[in-house]
Formats: sequence, structure tokens, C-alpha cells
Amino acid sequence: MKLAERDSRVFLVVGDLGFGVTEPFAQRFPERYLNAGVAEQNMTGIAAGLALSGKIVFTYSIANFPILRCLEQIRNDVCYHHANVKVVAVGGGFAYGSLGATHHATEDLAIMRALPEMSVVAPGDPEEAAAATEAIAAHDGPCYLRLGRAGEQKVHGRAIHFQLGKAIEVKQGSDVTLISTGGMLQTAVETAGVLVQRGLQARVLSMHTLKPLDVGAVLAAARETGAIFTIEEHSLIGGLGSAVAETLAEWGEGEVVFKRFALPSGFACKSGSQEYLRAQFGLEVGALSDAICAASRVRRLAVGASL
Amino acid sequence: MADSAEFAHHIRTRTLQMINRARSSHIGSSFSMADLLAVLYNGVLRVDPNRPDWPERDRFILSKGHACAALYVALAERGFFPESWLDDFYQNGARLAGHATHVGAPGVEVSTGSLGHGLPIGCGMALAAKRDGASYRVFVMLSDGECDEGSNWEAALFAPHHRLDNLVVIIDYNKIQSLGTVKEVLDLEPFADKWRAFGWAVQEIDGHNIGEIQQVLTVLPLKLDRPTCVIAHTIKGKGVSFMEHKLLWHYRSPNSEEMAGAMSELGVGE
Repeated sequence: MKLAERDSRVFLVVGDLGFGVTEPFAQRFPERYLNAGVAEQNMTGIAAGLALSGKIVFTYSIANFPILRCLEQIRNDVCYHHANVKVVAVGGGFAYGSLGATHHATEDLAIMRALPEMSVVAPGDPEEAAAATEAIAAHDGPCYLRLGRAGEQKVHGRAIHFQLGKAIEVKQGSDVTLISTGGMLQTAVETAGVLVQRGLQARVLSMHTLKPLDVGAVLAAARETGAIFTIEEHSLIGGLGSAVAETLAEWGEGEVVFKRFALPSGFACKSGSQEYLRAQFGLEVGALSDAICAASRVRRLAVGASL
Repeated sequence: MADSAEFAHHIRTRTLQMINRARSSHIGSSFSMADLLAVLYNGVLRVDPNRPDWPERDRFILSKGHACAALYVALAERGFFPESWLDDFYQNGARLAGHATHVGAPGVEVSTGSLGHGLPIGCGMALAAKRDGASYRVFVMLSDGECDEGSNWEAALFAPHHRLDNLVVIIDYNKIQSLGTVKEVLDLEPFADKWRAFGWAVQEIDGHNIGEIQQVLTVLPLKLDRPTCVIAHTIKGKGVSFMEHKLLWHYRSPNSEEMAGAMSELGVGE
């Protein structure tokens, strides 16, 4: 809303979803709002056409609908033409857990990362989400914004400095580094709290931008803490863990303990809340802190230190 | 070029030379729309080769991007880029690729090649014009085969709903698609009725009759508040007798004998 007040180029195009969310925009800016109907391919083509006519266009729908249903439109119409379209998906990961696997957006980051020209952003809390929205609007070119559902807890206790492509250090630490993306930030911070009690000073990085990745922050973490754990509500294939692994494999120096906490490539077939489904795959504080302690102990033994 | 028939003839001749040299394909699809393209680029489209990005220009989207050789010829003829660029069409390092490519090619509005993309983009452009109070129009050339794509029918619903009377779809209805006749593969009939039922103002024309093409494209929109759909009945491969109505010329490039025969039919020395 604030963006649209400031910049008359801002358009919102939705795929007949957003009940209770999009109405204020639609009422305030009817000339810059469009419900394209349940037709995501056309929605995305229209967004490209608007953007090629000078608009900054946000497409909006839930889970996989605004990305996978219209993936080729995003690749060809948006990315190839460097169209100023921001694809926004609410319900990243298991946010719509109980709605079933069709509504689990658990490969989105990998798929969007692979597209040329596309920036990929998954904010860690509501404050990051607000800052990210501003940032992608100011960025000239295609962006993907993965949101949770409204109502997540604020993680940051203080004002943040948000910059696309720059990780935010949420907590300092010198023994291990936890890197999270998207809504796993809260869990990462809580896990770090448990690790402190168990004698490990954990650094926490919110990697809100997956592409371009903050390579500098990853390498500094490897150098300074010697152990990196990635945490994401996404498939093991192609998301945060993959991006960090690629960086370490190519640029990392010395031995680094590294482990990815993510979802196996599969479908969560049981119904369950976000919290329930995360726990099924080990994405909760207890399981994470145990696994991180165990992996770190191996490293400590290897370098002759005691934990 | 004052005469559209002459322009169309030039498009066919030059397209054939390009495809022959490149050993590429889609002669039939280029020839079937050559007359339509000639009329469009000979006075219908408000475009300025010296200002390809002029904001008030009419937009032309060749959604059937495989027939791009013909578009490149029209654009070169109008002076959007040098004629010499046509010579290495489709070849290593060339800027003009085998499907419509906007990068480095002034006048190519949108890159296409995957079917079913042009009309949604055109809807977005037409909507932008409406919302901005701009007077430009948007023309989208579709093939018949690509009307199999669901995205076109999403857009077909959208445009009348939003009263996009600045949007014109021209369908090159040559009745042959990639693996057979349209009738055999996935029949579109009753085709005009489908568009009418979706809320479009429809006119069927002979897509090789310059006068008919000219006539319909100068009375736009056909109906106020309605998008226009021109169904142009055409002949795949039109202009060279042995290529007409033949699926083969969706794929083949001619051998030297065929090339000589085609050029002689077109009345040009090779």
C-alpha cells in the first residue's frame, strides 16, 4: 500500500486469491488492481505485458500456483524480457500444511533460483518481509518473493538493515553458524539459544536472499566458525543448503563441518499443521540442536579440542 | 513500399532465401501470413523505425514465433535494422534466431517461440494502454495450431471482460499444424463462433486478399468496447504451388532444384 502510494507504476495482479488481504489495495487503487481470475498463465503474461509498458507489477497467489502453473511464462515472458514483475507466493513451505501436498511449496526456491535474471527472496520474519517488499520494488527486474502466512512472530528485536543479497547477522557466535532462509529463522534463533546452553556459541544468519547469495557471509562464517548448518523449509535439492554447499565446495578454504537440514525429496502425505509437518522432518529445535551438537562434537574431536 | 502485394512478394522471396541459406524451416507458416504482415507493416501499424521504443507505437506480437523470418524481412524492409542482418539468419553468432527474438533486434516487440504466450502479453499491453489513457493498439498474430494452448483461451476470456477494444488478434488459419491438419489433430471448428461466444468482435477474411485485409484493419475496432478477432483463411505455403497445403514445408528447406523452381514461380532469379 505504501509503495503504491509513493509510486504510481505499482500494479497488483492476483489470481483470484487473497480474500481479506487484497481488498484495501483494490479499493484504494482500483486502476492499478486486477483480478485475472483463476488463470495463472494469463495472469503472468498480462503482468509481463504491463511491465513492458512501464509498470512495476506484483503477481500474487498462494503456494505453487503463481510459480509452477505458469513457470514458462515466468521464464520466457518475465525473465527473458527482464520484465519488472515481482512474483509473490504466500504459503511458502508447509504454511498451508493441512491443506495437503498440492499446497506445499517445497521446491519453489530451487526452481526460481534456476531462472536467469530472477532474484529470489524468502524473508525470515514480518519485518524482513516488509523491507523485502520495498527492496524488490526498487530493484529493476524479475523477483520472486516467498512469504509465509500472515501472523508470524517478529524475530528481530531491533531495527534491521535490509539489503538484497546481504545476509542479516541475527546473533553473533564463533563456534558454529546456523544459516536459515524464510520462516525457519525463528527456529534457528531458538536452536541457537539451546546450543548456548550446551556450550556452543552459534552465529545465526538470516539468508533472506537466496539469489544472489551472500557468498561473503558464507565464507566468513566458514572461516570464523568452521561449522555451517543450513535450515530451510524446502527440499534438500536446490535450495539454501545447495546454494551454500556450492559456495563452500568451490570457494571454501580448510575443513568445514557442513550439514543441511531440509526436506527429503518427497511428498508429505499426512495432514498436519506447519509445526507438525516441520517436526516430522526434524525441523524443530530439539532435533536440530541434537544433530548440530553431534556434528560439532565430531569436529571438536577431529581438531583435538574438548566440547 | 507503396504496394502491399509487392511487399508481400518481397517477404516471400527474401524469407525463402533466408530459410534456404540457413537450411532452416517454417516456409509454409511464413508464406501463409506474408500478405497479412505486408498490410500490417505497410501503413496499418503506427510504428517508427527511427524510434522503435516510441511509447505511443502500436505493438505487434508475432505469437507464432516460428514464422519469424517473414517478420524480420518486414522489419528490415521498413528500416528497423539493416537488410544485411537477414543474411546470417539462424546461423552461428547471428542476432536473428530461428524464433522471434527481441534481444538486439529493434522492432521485435516480444520474443516468442513457445506457443500460447503472445496473447496474454498483448492483453497486458492493451490493458496498460487503457489504464494510462494511451491511444496505441496491440496486434497479436496467432497460428491456428497454437489455439490448442489453454493460455489463449484464458486470455480470450479476459480481453472482452476488460473491454480491450484496442486489442486485435489475427489468426493465420492455414488449417495445418505440426503433425497434421487442424481438423485431424484437434478441430477448432466452429472457430469463429467460439471467439464470438467469448465476446469478441469477429470477422473472417481471405488472408491472401490484400483488399480484404486492408479493409478490416482500417476499421478497427470492429465494435466499440470489444476486442477484435480477425480469422484469416490462408493457405500454408501460399505463393509456391508445390509448397501449398503441404505439411512437409513446415519442416523442409528446399534442395537446389526445388529452390530454383520456387524462385522461378516467384518470378525471381536465384
